[in-house]
Amino acid sequence: MPAGSAPVILPSRGGIAGALSDIFWRRPKLLLFLMLTPPLLWLGIVYLGSLFALLLQSFFSIDDFSGLINREFTLKTYGELLRPANFDIIVRTVTMAACVTLASAVVAFPIGYFAARYARGKWKALFYLGIMLPLWSSYLVKIYAWKLILAKEGILTWLFAKLHLSWLLDAWLSLPYVGGNSLSVSFTGTFIVFVYVWLPFMILPIQAALERVPGNLVEASSDLGATPGQTFRNVLFPLALPGIVAGSIFTFSLTLGDYIIPQIIGTSRLFIGQAVYAQQGTAGNIPLAAAFTVVPVVIMGIYLWAAKRMGAFDAL
Amino acid sequence: MRSDRHQSAPLGLKIAAAAGLLFLHLPILLIFVYAFTMEEKSYQWPPPGLTTQWLAVAWNRPDVWSALGLSVKVAAVSTAIAMVLGTLCAAAVSQTKFFGREVISLLVILPIALPGIITGIALRSAFSLAEIPFSFWTIILGHATFCVVVVYNNAVARFRRTSGSLIEASMDLGADGFQTFRYVILPNIGTALLAGGMLAFALSFDEVIVTTFTAGQQQTLPIWMLEELVRPRQRPVTNVVAMVVVLVTFLPILAAYYLTRDGDQVAGSGK
Repeated sequence: MPAGSAPVILPSRGGIAGALSDIFWRRPKLLLFLMLTPPLLWLGIVYLGSLFALLLQSFFSIDDFSGLINREFTLKTYGELLRPANFDIIVRTVTMAACVTLASAVVAFPIGYFAARYARGKWKALFYLGIMLPLWSSYLVKIYAWKLILAKEGILTWLFAKLHLSWLLDAWLSLPYVGGNSLSVSFTGTFIVFVYVWLPFMILPIQAALERVPGNLVEASSDLGATPGQTFRNVLFPLALPGIVAGSIFTFSLTLGDYIIPQIIGTSRLFIGQAVYAQQGTAGNIPLAAAFTVVPVVIMGIYLWAAKRMGAFDAL
Repeated sequence: MRSDRHQSAPLGLKIAAAAGLLFLHLPILLIFVYAFTMEEKSYQWPPPGLTTQWLAVAWNRPDVWSALGLSVKVAAVSTAIAMVLGTLCAAAVSQTKFFGREVISLLVILPIALPGIITGIALRSAFSLAEIPFSFWTIILGHATFCVVVVYNNAVARFRRTSGSLIEASMDLGADGFQTFRYVILPNIGTALLAGGMLAFALSFDEVIVTTFTAGQQQTLPIWMLEELVRPRQRPVTNVVAMVVVLVTFLPILAAYYLTRDGDQVAGSGK
């Protein structure tokens, strides 16, 4: 709306509504201010205020003897993150997040590719809902479903037995780091559930990126003599890469911060989210919990900066 | 336009895409089978027999009903707040250009971009610093904050498609600002708002990570389920509740899809 361009020709309107309407027309900035104040107050006070309070507490420390919080500026709490027990948690979580991101990209790519380039009409709608319904269906129900599937007496064990592959499952479970008593108490189980729960977040940006690739680029590539494989490697994949990076922002960030999945399906070894939860809850060590939450924020900050340089935000 | 020569996908791609979709859907379908299993002590497969008795048992559980009631109330109030704040923000950001616009859209998206546990513990520590006791409203504070982004995304997409000349035409024809809003803007963005509201409702109804930090002793339905997941006590009732939750969340998603499917940006593509 061009502000204040033409002189007012009509006489001013009657009534409060009319007068207000005229004021807003003459002073669009006032309207903008009124529109922005409520959401900004809410987000600024409730959200940024809380985040700031959290950040502040990470510079406090806890008194080892009394268990009381010592409100003096110190970096001691951050130092504690580097203790082997705590540092292991960070390494474990980041490794898991990286594995989950890679696996989701591999599983998601064919779905996004098919939905973007081959699905038409009814199939397009079907694919859309087929991705959307799992994305929006209850997070806990999805985890619960996997608890049923991965249980020792559950469907997966049964399936392996029917296929006479129980030895394979047992061999996998007896492996040192990824194995365990049953799939539901192993890192393998945690990994599968993470991939499952975050998969739609990876599919959608890949699909969006591929849909923006003009069809004639692919045709030009094959006209110039490229095999389908070469076209994929040299044309499609580089153009889909920003989409993959955009999706990986979600899978990576969500895995870093989750504390429910490893608690329900996994071993007793902690992830960052669980450490935060334990520190603020039973241990009552809010400063250490706050310092732990700063870790994923910093990692995501670096990640987002790198992703922005790769142009991933255009694919969101 | 895409060429017709490439209509059919390679077989390998078809199989990989189909397998991926099955991977996404089979676990949810499994919930429906387990809701009717006769086994009550373990997650045994195949179920020894099927029964509908657990539906009746779950129906008569007061704790499930009160958790469900709290969840619905929280979701309704948070959605209402989020719709007001999200629409205002979207209108301001899309209709005008001003300094700091980018910062505002970043601020709106932040609560959902950062891991939920950060929002949760930030609110929790803020409540304890300010000595606010846990209540219905502390849950609302958290939920409304991350619901704003869903409404905002939907409204911004629709505002972008709504031509500014429509508003100018309305003004030229003598309508004042409020009439323009009532008769021109609102009908144009109505379905997008409704879709955004439904998605916000679904998001709030299902939220557990932030809620565990802001609820205190209160039980929403997801918190009830979480306790059952950590310490299974009544598996058959949990199975039935899980099935009901799946059905209840599917309805608003389908509705949101049908409300916005003719646009270029369909609702729900970002959670």
